[in-house]
Amino acid sequence: MAIAGTRPVPHRAATGDGFSDWLMRQGMSFWIVAGLLLVMPLVVSPFWLIQILAYAMILGMIGLSLMFLAGYGGIVSLIQMTVAGFAGYLVAILGDSAIVQISLKWPWWMAVPVAIFIATLFGTVGGALSVRTEGIYTIMITLAIGSAFYYLTLQNYTIFNGFSGFNGIVPPVFLGVDWGSNLPFYFLTLGCAALAYAVVVYVARAPFGLALQGTRDNPRRMAALGFDVMAHRIAAYAFAAVIAACAGILLVWYQRQISPGTAGVGPVVDILIIAVVGGLSRPIGPFIGALVYVLLRTFSLDLLEAVGLDGKRYQLLIGLGFLVIVLFSPDGLVGIWQRLRDRYLRSRDTRASDMRIGGGGPGGGS
Amino acid sequence: MAEFLARRPIWSLIILVVAALVLWLVFSVWTPGMEEMFGRKRVFLSALFNGITLGALYFLVASGFTLIFGLMRNVNLAHGSLYLFGGYVGYSIGNLTGSWLIALIAAFLIVGLAGLLMQVLLFRWMEGQDLRQTLVTIGLSIIVADLLLWGYGGDTFQVTAPDWLAGPVQLPFVVALRSNGEAVMMTYPLVRIAILIGAIILGVLMWLALNRTRVGMLVRAGVDDRDMLSATGVRVQLVFMMVFAFGAGLAGLAGVVGGTFQSLQPGEDTKILLSSLVVVIVGGMGSIPGAAMGALIVGLAEQFGSVYMPTYAVMLTFVIMVVVLAIRPQGLAAVRR
Repeated sequence: MAIAGTRPVPHRAATGDGFSDWLMRQGMSFWIVAGLLLVMPLVVSPFWLIQILAYAMILGMIGLSLMFLAGYGGIVSLIQMTVAGFAGYLVAILGDSAIVQISLKWPWWMAVPVAIFIATLFGTVGGALSVRTEGIYTIMITLAIGSAFYYLTLQNYTIFNGFSGFNGIVPPVFLGVDWGSNLPFYFLTLGCAALAYAVVVYVARAPFGLALQGTRDNPRRMAALGFDVMAHRIAAYAFAAVIAACAGILLVWYQRQISPGTAGVGPVVDILIIAVVGGLSRPIGPFIGALVYVLLRTFSLDLLEAVGLDGKRYQLLIGLGFLVIVLFSPDGLVGIWQRLRDRYLRSRDTRASDMRIGGGGPGGGS
Repeated sequence: MAEFLARRPIWSLIILVVAALVLWLVFSVWTPGMEEMFGRKRVFLSALFNGITLGALYFLVASGFTLIFGLMRNVNLAHGSLYLFGGYVGYSIGNLTGSWLIALIAAFLIVGLAGLLMQVLLFRWMEGQDLRQTLVTIGLSIIVADLLLWGYGGDTFQVTAPDWLAGPVQLPFVVALRSNGEAVMMTYPLVRIAILIGAIILGVLMWLALNRTRVGMLVRAGVDDRDMLSATGVRVQLVFMMVFAFGAGLAGLAGVVGGTFQSLQPGEDTKILLSSLVVVIVGGMGSIPGAAMGALIVGLAEQFGSVYMPTYAVMLTFVIMVVVLAIRPQGLAAVRR
């Protein structure tokens, strides 16, 4: 049940292609964006690099995991931010933080895989619970699970350290590079985000992804064809949880601290907003949505004050923007872009054909 | 009732035994051994009563939620905002007029009108697109929350109860025995008892209206098969508008009630929304008796949880939800279709 007729563009079945073939097929815009992201550190200040771009990419990854579930599986799960938050908490608990009486001080190469594994397990179990329900029920149940986690972290002091959470969590120093400093952290997030994007694109075209899209479009028919619909959906949850968990670890390294508010109801809904505003039909959507969201959050104060309003009203701005997008473009910003491009291409085509019919205009159009 | 007894003898027996046990615990004078096990009787009793009255509040909110959901397949995630809006409206009007009852009625009417507008201006135009409607309600809840924060600030408000409801009342339950053998009776705030009675009356009225009147018949038919109902010539839109306004009004009314015996502050909207989510998941979507049952269970679980295991009180509610989902995914009272 994707939003009102926003079926993701069905990918053609992969026809014996490797990574290089896939790269070759990418259009101009892909290379422009990739190049821009790579040279970004030369152009912009550290503030833009980390606070805007890296943060947007982290949120975009969490949004991407939701986009995968919603766009290809038809499952709108609000549990993704919770999975990410849980992974962040696990890194703080298993690894090192300023709360010495709780943190176990494992080295990062042990803490991170274990954190990803446990968070994935959590996401899968949560998925297995909510997969028994459909459509809007899924939203309600995943929201309930997410808020239960929030209240657990808020009230539990022995493991989650309650209200104050953990601080002093630093990214590791590895291969002689301090991954917490600006440039390495930017490339770390860029690498992870690019990898997550590529994997989602790949999986969407792999047999599993195609079967998942089949279960989205017609679960009964897929079941009749011998596919285990439930198993596919749970596997989709697991896959999305891996991405969300990785993003959660990046998030805790970015913020250097984690507290219940990180995965509270607000951020959980924010991820949905990011994914929907960006567009649930393509993997690039959540990243665009995240960039817009981060920009709005960062600059709404100036923006609102520039037009003479109270700068504190940025939630109002975000809510209104979200409402407008949902009301007028159900497939998000990506959908707007696509419609504009289609219209442009069509008008160019009609112009071209007009010229042909008219037997050549001034330019002797051919 | 009889049907249920015949169909599930073991469950009925368990329910009966539990009910009898609770009654005995309430009315008996506790021995020191029991006090050691359960803590003091006063604590137990107040947890029980607080749980039931909290359940009454949850029922008021969740019944509107479940009605709207059952009829329109619209998960109104702005329901918590309607609750908070109603609470603030009630607070302002109560301050202006000095009357609690007027505040209650005004909140019901104003929030009901807001619900009507939501249905007419927004949801009417996206019928059948449940996910889009849900997203719209999320957007609305963000906007309303920020507007309320703008208007009322971040302070905590409390709606003052009227004089005739103020103060405690003595209940015929023995809490403890004094050393001279005199019994100490339980005292309890009157306003909470009044709210409990009000919720029960409202619930019964709603049940009667749904099951014994023509409008109720239309609503039930709409829950069962919306398309067929409209095909028989009923103006379904009118029914929808009424139900949405009524459900929203209930949320507003509950806002005043909640503002009277709890408090109103930003963030209360999501809390109430989540509670009503759990209530309708446990009770079964679209069913009024289910909402009552779920509200009672969730209210009791929250209060007993916070008394007997403070750290995991919220987890208890959640565990109940998971167990219900695992055993009866459609909810306790829902009919499988």
